[in-house]
Amino acid sequence: MLTIGNLKNDVMSVINNCALTHEQAMTSLSSIPMNHVEFFETTPKFRELVEAGVLCTMTEGNATYCPRYICPDYEKLMREGCKFLRLDPPTNLWEAITALLVFYRHIPSVTHYPVYLGNVDMMLEPFIEDEDEEEAKKMIRHFMFFLDRTIPDSYCHMNLGPEATRAGRIILEVQKEFKDNAMPSITLKYDPDITPDDFAVSSVECALACAKPSFANHKEYNQLYDVPYGIASCYNALPVGGGAFTLSRVVLSHMADRAYNSEHLIETLLPEAVAELCEYIEKKITFLVEETHFFKSNFLVTEGFIHLERFTGMFGMVGMNECVNTLMAKEGKTGTYGYSEEADALAKRILDKMTECVESYESRFCDVTDHHFSLHAQVGISEDCTISPGVRIAIGSELPLHEHLIHASQFHPYFKSGVGDIFPFDETAKRNPEALLDMIKGGFEMGMRYFSTYGSDADVIRITGYLVKKSDIEKLDAGAAVPQANAMWGLGEVKNSKILERKVRSLE
Amino acid sequence: MKAVVNKIIHTSVVDGPGNRAAIFLQGCNYACGYCHNPETINLCGHCGACVSVCPAGALSMEDGKVVWNEDACCQCDACLSACRNMSTPKTKEYSAQEIMDILKKDIPFIRGITVSGGECSLQRDFLVELFRLVKAKRKTTLMDSNGSYDYTADEELMAVCDGVMLDVKAWNEAEHMKLTGMSSTPVIENALKLAKAGKLEEIRTVVVPGYLNNRETVDRITKLLAPLQEEKPIRYRISAYRPFGVREPYRSEMRSPSREELEELAEIARKNGITDIVII
Repeated sequence: MLTIGNLKNDVMSVINNCALTHEQAMTSLSSIPMNHVEFFETTPKFRELVEAGVLCTMTEGNATYCPRYICPDYEKLMREGCKFLRLDPPTNLWEAITALLVFYRHIPSVTHYPVYLGNVDMMLEPFIEDEDEEEAKKMIRHFMFFLDRTIPDSYCHMNLGPEATRAGRIILEVQKEFKDNAMPSITLKYDPDITPDDFAVSSVECALACAKPSFANHKEYNQLYDVPYGIASCYNALPVGGGAFTLSRVVLSHMADRAYNSEHLIETLLPEAVAELCEYIEKKITFLVEETHFFKSNFLVTEGFIHLERFTGMFGMVGMNECVNTLMAKEGKTGTYGYSEEADALAKRILDKMTECVESYESRFCDVTDHHFSLHAQVGISEDCTISPGVRIAIGSELPLHEHLIHASQFHPYFKSGVGDIFPFDETAKRNPEALLDMIKGGFEMGMRYFSTYGSDADVIRITGYLVKKSDIEKLDAGAAVPQANAMWGLGEVKNSKILERKVRSLE
Repeated sequence: MKAVVNKIIHTSVVDGPGNRAAIFLQGCNYACGYCHNPETINLCGHCGACVSVCPAGALSMEDGKVVWNEDACCQCDACLSACRNMSTPKTKEYSAQEIMDILKKDIPFIRGITVSGGECSLQRDFLVELFRLVKAKRKTTLMDSNGSYDYTADEELMAVCDGVMLDVKAWNEAEHMKLTGMSSTPVIENALKLAKAGKLEEIRTVVVPGYLNNRETVDRITKLLAPLQEEKPIRYRISAYRPFGVREPYRSEMRSPSREELEELAEIARKNGITDIVII
């Protein structure tokens, strides 16, 4: 219920918070009215499920006025420039970097920062002259430095590979030098048949120093869409020249609390919740597309950097680990997720049903995914307490390394628009990064889609899908502001989800 | 054919290139003073000295043999301290196929296996069987060995073994005898023959300043091998002696080298033409 009093309280809680920068305060203020006013009807059942925590709209607000994740066609920018921003096609490395830095400034998202920076190595490679590699390194160092300080949000995601390039190697070298910079996030699109081992090993070494890049299974993702894919935000595989309108999620652990047994959840609660959420997502997309300015007048659309038909709706889920354990306990069974074949089989039955229900919903939009929403293993939000991300095994219950990889490999293929696991290592891994690469190769061969690692002694670590400096978490906890906008989510996750207790792997 | 196995490590990064499973066989024909797991040297003599000291009741005598109940074991190693025979009751016998079953979940994630010991060549027939099964999975096979076995004369074994990681403990004959109880000649001959055959994966020297003439060993072996790297570069692992697990009286007689002493040895190897040097 909107009252002036409520509004005042919300505004005051932002503007008297000393742990916010000016920009962070501005962003928070801009979302307040969206939380108080509704712009389209929701059903009583939907509201009841949201209230019960079974469905969650990811604090997007009620008036979505730009897509949640945008993956612009940067090749077009490199090829043709941009009329609206008065950018000519770049002719050298300085111009290419400047064009990107200007362009990034104008790409919105749910966080108001760009979440996809493109395959930067491929874009810069043509401008690197043989005789000027040292000069190129200076420019790229400047570029990476500038990104870290001016896009203070680690959902901002750069892609590399799968081919090794000089630009790619320089980016890794520079990032390793800047190991204390959380931004940007980086993914190597990895295909052992295309990516040379030495480039992949450099990537592992860089990841152990600063938690990036992560590794995306290029063989799998490359066949997802008719158009190229990009990795955006945490680990979301989305169509380039498009992206995702919105993301909402089902909280399976809370659904299990309401279920009598697994049959009740699979046959009644799940189909009902999926249907409600699909209807909601469709209404939200309809509002965004038909009522707001974005798809009618934004230059990204009018100049063809993005296309309406290349956007999808993301259907997220969290808490499989807790859901399965709750259902097993309710049925008087002892097995738990990851440790019992029966528990894992139950998880697959739930996912099979969820897939069937989501696929049976026809959207008027989402052409790129055949008018269906795309399943996504969501990493969680900072308020989540004892809810494990997506299909991950809970922190504290990790399996031995190889068994854990096998487990992940069985569940990753369900998720088109993103899923992933994180494996921190202690200093032993630095002695033999090839060993880590062997594990990634094995996992990808078995169907694993996304692998992240970090060194347990590094400052920059991966929280659930995004990167944060441990030193920033400490500052925030002491009430001081830090430049990185999503560091505050990291603090919440550290407190609620035992992130710092994630099992650190040691290689003997 | 079964082997006596001391330990299986599912993921190891210090036993050869990449991620590997490592299998440690029981029994060695050397008795090195600095051995950090001397309980792997001999097969159990079933004297029963360990049975009464086990606080978990995991050891018992059955038909004159010591039997170890792994599930009851608390891994306190009191049995190892009580053993007068440089052995352990905590071994198991496995066939090559049983080892493969144990490694089933590891196979997709490892580059290969390394068999170590003890001295793995003492159970040569088992190695041939195991390596055949591993090669069938298109994984690599390495031996970690003390150099007492004439590898290249064993064509059947070499056909399924991708390489040997060879301990070159001391160049000098008398010094090698003092440390291991065996001659250094077969080790040096093996190093040469394996390098020529492209099967010398790595050589290793443990540095004990004052006790061993490490400079001589590093200098001589690298001069000998450096010209033989056409097939592939030979990695030299120069390891610091560490007192952990070492038995008396050696533990009191030996000291660990400083980082500088290790670097100095690495420099000798580098000057002689070895490029891939690991200091641990």
